[in-house]
Amino acid sequence: MAISEAEVKKVARLARLAVPDDRLEAYTQNLSNILNLVDQLSAVDTTGVEPMAHPLDMMQRLREDVVTETSHREKYQSVAPEVEDGLYLVPKVLE
Amino acid sequence: MSQADSIHTLSLKGIHDGVHTGKFSVMEATDAYLDRIERFNPELNAYITVTRESAQAQAVDIDNRIRKGELTGAMAGVPYSLKDLFCSEGVRTTCASNMLSNFISPYDAHVAAKLKAAGGVLLGKNNMDEFAMGSSNETSAFGNVCNPWDTTKVPGGSSGGGAATIAARLAPMTLGTDTGGSIRQPASFCNITGIKPTYGRISRYGMIAFASSLDQCGPMAPSAEDCAITMNIIAGLDSRDSTSVDLPVPDYTANLNGSLEGLRIGLPKEFFAEGLDAQVGAVIDRAIKEFQAKGAIIKEVTLPNSHLAVPVYYVVAPAECSSNLSRFDGVRFGHRCENPKDLMDLYERSRWEGFGDEVKRRIMIGTYALSAGYYDAYYLKAQQVRRLIKQDFEAAFKDVDVIMGPSCPTTAFGIGAKKDDPIAMYLEDLYTIPVSLAGLPGMTFPIGFAADGLPVGMQLVGNYFEEARMLNIAHQYQQWTDWHTQVPAQFA
Amino acid sequence: MEWETVIGLEIHAQLATNSKIFSGSSTAYGAEPNTQANLVDLGMPGVLPVLNKKAVELAIRLGLAIDAEIAPRSIFARKNYFYPDSPKGYQISQYELPIVGLGHMDIQLENGDTKRIGITRAHLEEDAGKSLHEDFQGQTGIDLNRAGTPLLEIVSEPDMRNAKEAVAYMKKLHALVRYLGVGDGNMQEGSFRCDANVSVRRPGAEFGTRAEIKNLNSFKFIERAINHEVERQIDIIESGGKVVQETRLYDPDKDETRSMRSKEDANDYRYFPDPDLLPVEITPADIEAVRATMPELPDAKKQRFMAEYALTAYDASLLTLSREVADYFEAVAQGCGDAKLAANWVNGEVSKTLADNEMEIAAVPVSSAALIELLKRIQDNTVSNKIARDVFAAMWNGEGSADAIIDKKGLKQITDTSAIEAVIDEIIANNPGQVAEYRSGKDKLFGFFVGQAMRASKGKANPNTLNDILKQKLEG
Ligand SMILES: [Mg+2]
Ligand SMILES: [Zn+2]
Repeated sequence: MAISEAEVKKVARLARLAVPDDRLEAYTQNLSNILNLVDQLSAVDTTGVEPMAHPLDMMQRLREDVVTETSHREKYQSVAPEVEDGLYLVPKVLE
Repeated sequence: MSQADSIHTLSLKGIHDGVHTGKFSVMEATDAYLDRIERFNPELNAYITVTRESAQAQAVDIDNRIRKGELTGAMAGVPYSLKDLFCSEGVRTTCASNMLSNFISPYDAHVAAKLKAAGGVLLGKNNMDEFAMGSSNETSAFGNVCNPWDTTKVPGGSSGGGAATIAARLAPMTLGTDTGGSIRQPASFCNITGIKPTYGRISRYGMIAFASSLDQCGPMAPSAEDCAITMNIIAGLDSRDSTSVDLPVPDYTANLNGSLEGLRIGLPKEFFAEGLDAQVGAVIDRAIKEFQAKGAIIKEVTLPNSHLAVPVYYVVAPAECSSNLSRFDGVRFGHRCENPKDLMDLYERSRWEGFGDEVKRRIMIGTYALSAGYYDAYYLKAQQVRRLIKQDFEAAFKDVDVIMGPSCPTTAFGIGAKKDDPIAMYLEDLYTIPVSLAGLPGMTFPIGFAADGLPVGMQLVGNYFEEARMLNIAHQYQQWTDWHTQVPAQFA
Repeated sequence: MEWETVIGLEIHAQLATNSKIFSGSSTAYGAEPNTQANLVDLGMPGVLPVLNKKAVELAIRLGLAIDAEIAPRSIFARKNYFYPDSPKGYQISQYELPIVGLGHMDIQLENGDTKRIGITRAHLEEDAGKSLHEDFQGQTGIDLNRAGTPLLEIVSEPDMRNAKEAVAYMKKLHALVRYLGVGDGNMQEGSFRCDANVSVRRPGAEFGTRAEIKNLNSFKFIERAINHEVERQIDIIESGGKVVQETRLYDPDKDETRSMRSKEDANDYRYFPDPDLLPVEITPADIEAVRATMPELPDAKKQRFMAEYALTAYDASLLTLSREVADYFEAVAQGCGDAKLAANWVNGEVSKTLADNEMEIAAVPVSSAALIELLKRIQDNTVSNKIARDVFAAMWNGEGSADAIIDKKGLKQITDTSAIEAVIDEIIANNPGQVAEYRSGKDKLFGFFVGQAMRASKGKANPNTLNDILKQKLEG
């Protein structure tokens, strides 16, 4: 199935990727090719087949409700692009 | 020739024995590898970061502790490298991406901590395809890696830097990761041994995620025995990874010498069909006959849905990666664009600039496959077919103990040959992806060279948690052959 | 023409765990920014979530209390959206197969009727961080301490028909959450928050288009916000317009709702099962283990209070609104042996004074033991009910025990008939006109004499004795 340039734009927006106009065509072509490859799946009869999200049929292990962490704010924020007063900064969020 | 000139020819056990019997120090072993890296890496580009200073500091410390008898384990004093997606505390961890080109990890991945505690010496971080997305190591933001057997060829990917590192003996062991073949395919292209254990066997904590339901870490080294020694250190339950499995870890070195008499080997007919390069096929056939000569029983099996594995993978892996890579948003770590005009601009430009094309393509495909109106047709459908693929293997393992076949349809291809054709690149992983989707353990070991002079690896697939049996089989093969000891002349 | 309002609530209750839902960070309120945000909470590359067992137990606990089915197998999903307070770019939540399935809760309407409100589901999820809109050179600051705090999102059916019902439902659920120890319900700290889905329709017609109002963190606001929203929607429709489906934010300062355009773009959440988390299995034995630790539920307690203490439904429902009040009442009732008296006091003076002081029962300065002592003085006629209220006020102010205050202030009731007779004689002598009127049939004046006599005795005369003597003398 081919994907249109408009759809690629929409998907890029959802994924927060600023595709410049001059790259849109190439992306559209590549993504269409990939979707063509994937389209083989539509012909497979999967009636009654349970979807498989994990390779192993295991159940989840739970952890006890214990506080194990202490603050390492300075260390963790040393890799942050912009912090002030212990806060991560971003352009103004409007609500 | 001084001792230091031959350290790189030793196995893990050889290095361990050397430092523990005082033949050479950990520092000498470390320097020997650091010198080789300095000499050969410019040609291969197998390392993104070389941790010379911290390696030497670690060597001093480990020498001391070995002398005091505090460290005796099999990895004590052994140098190693890591694929650059394992977080290593205080060391740059880039995922071969501009997104993380300056990311100094504040913590150690589970496996990195295990190797550190065992007394290993971290030499550096290996090049790879960006975020492990690629099969040729050409998507790296730090440049492509050259195959030591022919530097005009790719080393495979995504653990291409690690494979080249082992092939050229720039480390005696490295850890790679395999999502759809990223250990097995480069191992095949570079004439080394690598194992992707059963999903869940080794903790993923601290491994930067590509596709969480597929990613699995594993050792890459010259021999199966080296891999077994490493597996003993890194396998097992980790409470920080909910998908890591709470099953006893066998001693992987204990049964390496088991007999192959009566071993039932299944050959999936689909892996020997059209698409397999005849030269590669010939090498595989020869090796199979050798197993037969050692008493193994060869049977044909069928994996009727295996041709659907690549399409399933290109839905499931991108879907998971589209979500996994959302955390790279320019806020808490990683690349941030200059002067964002608003929040949307911050996100869109930071991510556009930080990620390369292949990563962005996969994020977009995954976003599309999960989005309203497409989820059922793509994601859910792929998950259903994934189960069919798993069921094929379950049926096959009713009749055989292991499955063998090619790791890749071809030998290493030329740098640039498939770079602009994602589909051709994806089909490289035709034989490895079904195994990943099923979560089964898969392995590659060297079995010779094709007519083009390039190495060929055998893929060995075991049943769930049968890594010990697989390592035994590969080790036995390595007892009667010496393919795995061969090194390209210029790196000998 | 008439309009009918349709309301469904999504309530987020913070669960009473020590650590976060997927990490070992503390959930304590009020820490310095980002000091309770560890690698997992920050969404650092490579980290993985591990589910907190207590969060699962608390969810089961609430599920049992609303008669819901507990899913034997439940699934965590990722809700994908970009927002600076959502560090991973997705929220771990539940979509298909939530932990708690269909349940219900009965609420008491103002007219005394009971109404059953359906509860669609309740699912576990992680909270987001906080955006601080103070000005950091035109930027917003992000604090991720709250990110990863465990929440139970409780989704009701669209069963409520006016704001009062919505408030009654929310109050009842709030009480239940606190009863069960599932959460502390602290609304100021955001531990109990509500989003309301509101629409209007002609009675019997299809559901109208709904708007979702976010950020309702008080009972007062929810009533106001819903009423505003209903008016807004009716105005739109009656003037020929159409209600658009959207998210609206309630602004308590301006007392209005406004459209949140910023969230519109993020509508396609691309939910899918979280590959980092396996299915959660809950066995019948797990459920029974939780059930064994369940306290008596409010409705059962109410029924018991009515049967055991012969209380009215009204009294019993007030007393069982919170577990602490119920416990306080029971201690007092048992201590003084008169449940009706205890109920009157707890629902009366105690609740009223708490409300006047904006206090919770946990902080009540008059302990149940202290109140028992006071009620005993009513029972043995040391003080009248009226004087007891003054004593109670003094006890509240920390002036001492009931006996000490009665003693110090000389409030002991006069039961000595001769003393009372003397007072009454004097009043009869001083008011000949009123006496004559009374005797000629103006019965209503009896109250006047009671008042005079009480005033003269400074309220200390035993009211029964006083009544008897007064009646006698006036008839005489
Ligand atoms: Mg909601
Ligand atoms: Zn929610």
